[in-house]
Amino acid sequence: MTAVSDVSSHAIARARWRPAEIAFWVLAASCAFLFPSRYLIMTDILRLALFTLSLDLILGYAGIVSLGHAAFFGVGAYSAGLLALHGIINEPVIALVVAGLVAMVLGFLTSFLVIRGVDLTRLMVTLGIALLLEALAERFSNITGGTDGLQGIEMQPILGLFAFDMFGKTGFFYSLIVLFLLFLLARRIVNSPFGLSLRAIKNNPLRASAIGVPVNRRLIAIYTVAAFYAGIAGALFTQTTALASLDVFSFERSADLMLVLVIGGTGYLYGGLIGAVVFKMLQELFQTITPQYWLFWIGLVLVVMVLIGRERIHRWVLWGPNLIIRQVFGRKAGVAVPESDAP
Amino acid sequence: MTIALETRGLEKSFGGLRVTRDLSLKVEQGARHALIGPNGAGKTTVINLLTGVLKPNAGQILLEGNDITNLAVHKRVLRGLSRTFQINQLYADLTPLETIGLAVSERLGRGGDWWRRMGTRNDVNEEIAETLGRFHLLDVMNEPTATLPYGKQRLLEIAVAIATKPRVLLLDEPAAGVPESERHDILAAVAALPRDVTVLLIEHDMDLVFSFADRISVLVNGAMLVEGPPDEVARDPQVKAVYLGEAADV
Repeated sequence: MTAVSDVSSHAIARARWRPAEIAFWVLAASCAFLFPSRYLIMTDILRLALFTLSLDLILGYAGIVSLGHAAFFGVGAYSAGLLALHGIINEPVIALVVAGLVAMVLGFLTSFLVIRGVDLTRLMVTLGIALLLEALAERFSNITGGTDGLQGIEMQPILGLFAFDMFGKTGFFYSLIVLFLLFLLARRIVNSPFGLSLRAIKNNPLRASAIGVPVNRRLIAIYTVAAFYAGIAGALFTQTTALASLDVFSFERSADLMLVLVIGGTGYLYGGLIGAVVFKMLQELFQTITPQYWLFWIGLVLVVMVLIGRERIHRWVLWGPNLIIRQVFGRKAGVAVPESDAP
Repeated sequence: MTIALETRGLEKSFGGLRVTRDLSLKVEQGARHALIGPNGAGKTTVINLLTGVLKPNAGQILLEGNDITNLAVHKRVLRGLSRTFQINQLYADLTPLETIGLAVSERLGRGGDWWRRMGTRNDVNEEIAETLGRFHLLDVMNEPTATLPYGKQRLLEIAVAIATKPRVLLLDEPAAGVPESERHDILAAVAALPRDVTVLLIEHDMDLVFSFADRISVLVNGAMLVEGPPDEVARDPQVKAVYLGEAADV
């Protein structure tokens, strides 16, 4: 009997909340009070974090590369915009979920194309789908507003209680809560038997099927879930900015997303969140120094980072915080970054 | 006698190369059957055909009388046909607990469960503990597989296959590359496999084959050369010429 309880406790231990994780979320929430004048950029970071979390689910856990994740972001964005513009669903939370579901349906339908083939095929297929949708959105400008985008979106108060304000305070808390809830869900998913089978598939799909894992079915499932997440991120974009234009589908958006995830690291869920913070901060910093050439500096940072190695950077960054965490919670409580999950 | 696993006229070609030629093989229920043959005889191809990684150009594969020729790999596993791997293909960064957990979850139909955490289902936990215990892996269950001694990794390889509760098990060179000091554990584990599991052993090591098998098939150039009980096969002049002769040359 002790063996069984050992198995159970070891298995559950993986999913336990670590002090550093709690600290992370407390810090995220306290940003609202630390920087009350920066709601807009912080909301921007939250949306990007959610969007990157979506890519991490497929890339970091299931090993599906994508250069067209903006397809689902865009569909979510336009769905939320159209629902609000035509007054179909006025309550933002319900509209958000519906927009996410629309993206999810698209994700399910396109997943059959994506799971075929290897990495290069997948890059091309995902890229193609995003380009296709962008072209469609431009063609049907009577619905999407074409290059002008959707004009005159007016958001109703959230749950009928909290109106969006011009400083973006409501938008920030709304986005933070949505991100946190979806993060909890993602955390559940990756620590479940389903999540374990995804890691097995990522490492060696043939071996996984020899153990009895229905590989394709699992890939379809996680791709569909990731599309839902990306759709929600897109819908948040529209709802908090009252804008939806063609660039929601743009290639740059998908490519940036890959950068963000690489900066933060794949396969431990926080990569997308940390990556989003670092990416936006760097963007802000370089844009104030050289408004025209900030991309040059982002590129340079990326090259340097790859050369030094992300693990080493993480260790440097975490050195200070871990020192404090270990003092407070004991030796083993520090944050460790998974070593072997470089993309 | 009932037949657990059968192939009928199996053919496989890669381009112009016929690697499996009209292979008909019958493995009886509960048998300890060995498939031997010199290098390049096409043993690996036979395994890939049986498990569904490759599709045959012609012929049939039957598992307990049911045609499984066109079944997907994971479905054959759920029907009771499992294999071990010759070259190490274990999950290096998963622990034995997770590796076995994966197999047990799928077999019990819990693998798609995305809401419950690992370790919260008692039926799954009990089976994991039972399997780990049987293969002496309880003390290392929480270590990453890559850090285990090679002998333990080979044991885990067999344990994963057993965790899928196979009725027919394909053992692909279970003792390959295991140091002498750890060989005994592997041989004991192979000998202790439950009698109701039919075993097809694909092996190079003649000691293991003759100590374990009650029936031997000899594969040469993708075709069946001889089949029979060990003593008969050992005496067969053709086998001596092709197989043992080659071994003597080395």
